[in-house]
Amino acid sequence: MLEELTAGFPILSSILFLPLVGAAVLWLLDDEDMVRTSTLTIALVEFALSVFVLLRFVPESAAMQFTEHVRWIPALGISYHLAVDGISVLFVGLTAFLTVLVVVYSWDTIRHQVKLYMMCLLALETTTMGVFVSLDLILFFVFWELMLIPSYFLIKLWGGGAERHYAALKFVVYTLLGSVFMLVGISLLNINFHQWASLHHPDQLYSFDLLELMTVPVPVSQQLVIFWLMFLGFAFKAPVFPFHTWLPDALLEGPIGMAVVLAGLKVGTFGFIRFSIPLLPDASKSETVVMVMVVLGLCAILYGAWMALVQADFRRLLAYSSISHLGFVVVGLFALNYQGLQGSLLTMINLGFSTAGLFFIAGFLYARQQTTQLSAFGGMAKQVPRLATFLLIIGLASIGLPGTNGFVGEFLILLGAFEARWWFGGIAVLGVIFGAAYFLWYYERSMMGPLGNAVKGAMSDLQLREMVIAVSLSVMIFWIGLYPSPFLRIMNGSVQALVDRLHHEKAAALDRSPVRQGY
Amino acid sequence: MSRLTDLLIKLIPVFPLLAVLANGLLGHRYSHGMAHRLAWGSVGLSFLCTIGVFTDVMRTGASHEVVVYQWIFGGDLTINLAYLVDSLTCAWLLVVTGVGFLIHVYSVGYMHGETGFTRFFTYMNLFMVSMLLLVMGNNYLVLFIGWEGVGLCSYLLIGYYYDKVSAAKAASKAFVVNRIGDAGFLVAIFLVFSNFKTLDYTKVFAQVGQLSPDMATAIALCLFIGAVGKSAQLPLHTWLPDAMEGPTPVSALIHAATMVTAGVYMVVRNHAIFDLSPFAMSTVALVGGGTALFAATIGLVQTDIKRVLAYSTVSQLGYMFLGCGIGAYTASVFHVMTHAFFKALLFLAAGSVIHALSGEQDIRKMGGLSSRIPWTHRLFLVGTIAIAGLPPLAGFWSKDEIMAHAFTTHHYLLYSMAAFGALMTSFYMFRLTYLTFYGSSRMDPHTAEHVHESPMVMVVPLMVLGFLSIVGGLILGFPPEHGWLHGFLGPVVGVGSLHETGAGMALLLMSIAIVIALAGWGLAHFLYGLSPATADRWANKFSGTYRLLLNKYYVDELYDLMFVEPLKRLGAMLDWFDRTIIDGIVRGVGWLADWGSAGSTWVEKYIIYGGLNVIGYSNHLAAREGRKMQSGMVHHYAAIIVAGIFLLVLVVQLFAQM
Repeated sequence: MLEELTAGFPILSSILFLPLVGAAVLWLLDDEDMVRTSTLTIALVEFALSVFVLLRFVPESAAMQFTEHVRWIPALGISYHLAVDGISVLFVGLTAFLTVLVVVYSWDTIRHQVKLYMMCLLALETTTMGVFVSLDLILFFVFWELMLIPSYFLIKLWGGGAERHYAALKFVVYTLLGSVFMLVGISLLNINFHQWASLHHPDQLYSFDLLELMTVPVPVSQQLVIFWLMFLGFAFKAPVFPFHTWLPDALLEGPIGMAVVLAGLKVGTFGFIRFSIPLLPDASKSETVVMVMVVLGLCAILYGAWMALVQADFRRLLAYSSISHLGFVVVGLFALNYQGLQGSLLTMINLGFSTAGLFFIAGFLYARQQTTQLSAFGGMAKQVPRLATFLLIIGLASIGLPGTNGFVGEFLILLGAFEARWWFGGIAVLGVIFGAAYFLWYYERSMMGPLGNAVKGAMSDLQLREMVIAVSLSVMIFWIGLYPSPFLRIMNGSVQALVDRLHHEKAAALDRSPVRQGY
Repeated sequence: MSRLTDLLIKLIPVFPLLAVLANGLLGHRYSHGMAHRLAWGSVGLSFLCTIGVFTDVMRTGASHEVVVYQWIFGGDLTINLAYLVDSLTCAWLLVVTGVGFLIHVYSVGYMHGETGFTRFFTYMNLFMVSMLLLVMGNNYLVLFIGWEGVGLCSYLLIGYYYDKVSAAKAASKAFVVNRIGDAGFLVAIFLVFSNFKTLDYTKVFAQVGQLSPDMATAIALCLFIGAVGKSAQLPLHTWLPDAMEGPTPVSALIHAATMVTAGVYMVVRNHAIFDLSPFAMSTVALVGGGTALFAATIGLVQTDIKRVLAYSTVSQLGYMFLGCGIGAYTASVFHVMTHAFFKALLFLAAGSVIHALSGEQDIRKMGGLSSRIPWTHRLFLVGTIAIAGLPPLAGFWSKDEIMAHAFTTHHYLLYSMAAFGALMTSFYMFRLTYLTFYGSSRMDPHTAEHVHESPMVMVVPLMVLGFLSIVGGLILGFPPEHGWLHGFLGPVVGVGSLHETGAGMALLLMSIAIVIALAGWGLAHFLYGLSPATADRWANKFSGTYRLLLNKYYVDELYDLMFVEPLKRLGAMLDWFDRTIIDGIVRGVGWLADWGSAGSTWVEKYIIYGGLNVIGYSNHLAAREGRKMQSGMVHHYAAIIVAGIFLLVLVVQLFAQM
């Protein structure tokens, strides 16, 4: 029954544009409470839609699902092509989930220009969703760029730090710089398609469509050029070490809601697994690329963890821990085997609960002391036991304690890395030690010990709204940690297809080699 | 019958888990009485289930594999949450649930009136769940969940008095040091997977013959790194003495009877891999022997009742690894079990002393307590005799078996290390007993007034443990090498005693062991009973050695100097590097480009590379950061994005015409 009703219903478009339409509606409202309620309603409906997609998603399948395909600029082969598969569908759910929590968090922490803030937030949700569901590279690129506009304003106008203007600008400039290169890369893909199509099927000469581009062979030398161009786009955004310096500034100066989105939704590394690896398999598995990527990843793991160890501000610590986690993701991706890819994908999702969760906790701390500097805390567990408990739970998830989601992802990445080359895993595993060190050391100094001098006598523990956020994150953390089956089943088909594509190309190359010898 | 056993196996960890959920989520809603009943009741139920499973395993000799659900899977990897219960698991299950139950009951009295009473029992039950998973898992990853889970609970319970700085520091230290070992363990897991494509014990051990000797050595050593961390062996032993910051029942349960023996469990469980590598075996034996000796020397001079016991635990764990390293697996497991009895007894009795003295732990401020707390005194003495190794108490049989095994397999160096360690063990334990219970009182008058025997809820568990410490050795392992335990464990760990020991030789070795234990006692009696002044004189005479031992060979200071401080300093340097160099390059590029664009490169940028002017634009923006532009940026982005699309169209058109 439901199936018949929903057949042909453009659910991805609805998910994509509901927040934007919602933002437009907010414009008409005047009452601030009304704005808040409406935003929450929109976010919840959006979340319900994405849960519906997740429930109806056929697991263990590599197929693109919920496809919507409309020609947009046929002359250039640009189309409005939306779909989700095992790689992207979880991000849709995660984006909707985090947006709901950010709205809940912002309910009473954002006090000025509430309407504009909520509009930015919803606009950001639309653009982020667009990045995850677009299969056309131009469409993707448009959303990718549009993401910057609400982000810029969120950091600049609602940031708490004195340097927020600088941070906002730095963030935008960095991303823009990278995306220009990415755009050139995308164009080169189109050109390659064109050259090939002119010889083989003249009926369609241009395409920016991921699925169509994948059917066309790209010479390895060209793949490498395109890979590095796209790399700049994704690496700046991710951020991959050493392109990371905008991140601590943006996370520290911007509002918590923005930090949650920036740290929780890994669009940069998503770009690698969505576009770079499937489109450019030969480049992705070439010796140079693997080495450069994995070494950058390993540097990020250790460098980020080390930096996190010495940070005195919780949000800066989180920024560097997030860089360290991204190092794990990159290492897993370029292990290029099943466990590595699966682990990276799961870890990207996990970070949406753990790292983003820690930013919420940072927000709770900020709400109480108007800073996240360590000097403002000490012995807090006695004052705010619930806050301390959730900080511990989410923090342990972020350092990959078994039983939490972080472990499953990290274990798979390490296993994959080890399978690829033993020293990839051997070095990455050191991150496990550093992770424990930086987190527990911070926890010890902020939550344990005698009450800090700057800690006020009476401090309220988590309020209802804060509890809602902390509990829902914890539920996800334990669910994925203890029973990851539904999530793994969603991913498996697409991950297998990706591995096959990488593997198949290898087989094809082997097949060709005797022919070459014959000449 | 088998189906019932499978059900019981599944139930064992469920009870404490339910108690964790109940006490953790709702504990603040109901009374302490309810909380502790749930806590010890659940462990008691687990113990009953264990008995059921145990009788079945004992009767049939079969091992049970039970899959609960599929945990992590995809590609060629499948990891189940599944249990394997064989005789080795049963041995540990009995100790964990049995001794665990007694300690839970004891805690009801000991923790009475503490703030965070419910929190304490929640953590204790969580520990039980993790420990049960650790010993019951049928694959390396379930073992690893338990492994890190017990580490977490250890962290939480060491830091139970979290507002004490020393407790907070000890907790973090325990976790981080353990993680060093865990990293090694993880590498071992990866090696196992890359060699066997599975992590299930039965499948791995079935094909273990395929391993090359080098690979076997690598796996065994990585596993052992994990064991060294968890079981506090050299050089990762430093966390365990600090762990005494936790409440005493925690020290008894986690840091003596169960968790710290997990390393031994892991080695014994993987004996098929260790057996392939003589090098790894020697390493295990030497680390064990070295730790046994090393920790015993430190134990000689410590003045905190719990710290003496902590070093004694480190030392006794060394014996267990020594046993593993020479292939005496059954003897090691035997020692794990007897040690669980008498060390839990000693810790709980020490807790009873501390309880009686309103929290005093310094043995220099004790003395003459034997008549004031008679039951505690008697039971502590039982524990002391048991650990010192006098027959027929439990410790004698297990320790003697390890030592005899070392001697008869011609490991004379290891034997003499163990023998010397045994002498010191006997000495420092009787020293502890004398200083605590005999002689004249050195208590504060105020403390002395309040000395009282502990309530029955604490004394009864002590009595049970005392009974086990007396007869446990005889029940489990008599006659030596052919006791009940040997028959029970034989199918799993193999019959270790391939050597033929003459009865005469066995008796001779036993006699030597007894003489050693008596010598330690005698020395302690002389120094702390007859002539207390001599002890001080010796301490002054060998003041250098004395200070070295008192400061635990300055290992903590050395690690701080070598690792912790450089790590922090390098971190600070990296921070500077990040802010100044990496970020500086970024700013510099932006600034240069802007500056340059104003000059001669203007034409180049805007005319020749007109299509790429977006880059110039963004650099231009970057440079303006210093001027702190406040507004009016929207049209810039719009312009850039439009320009980007324009560029794209341009490029496509250009190439299309080619």
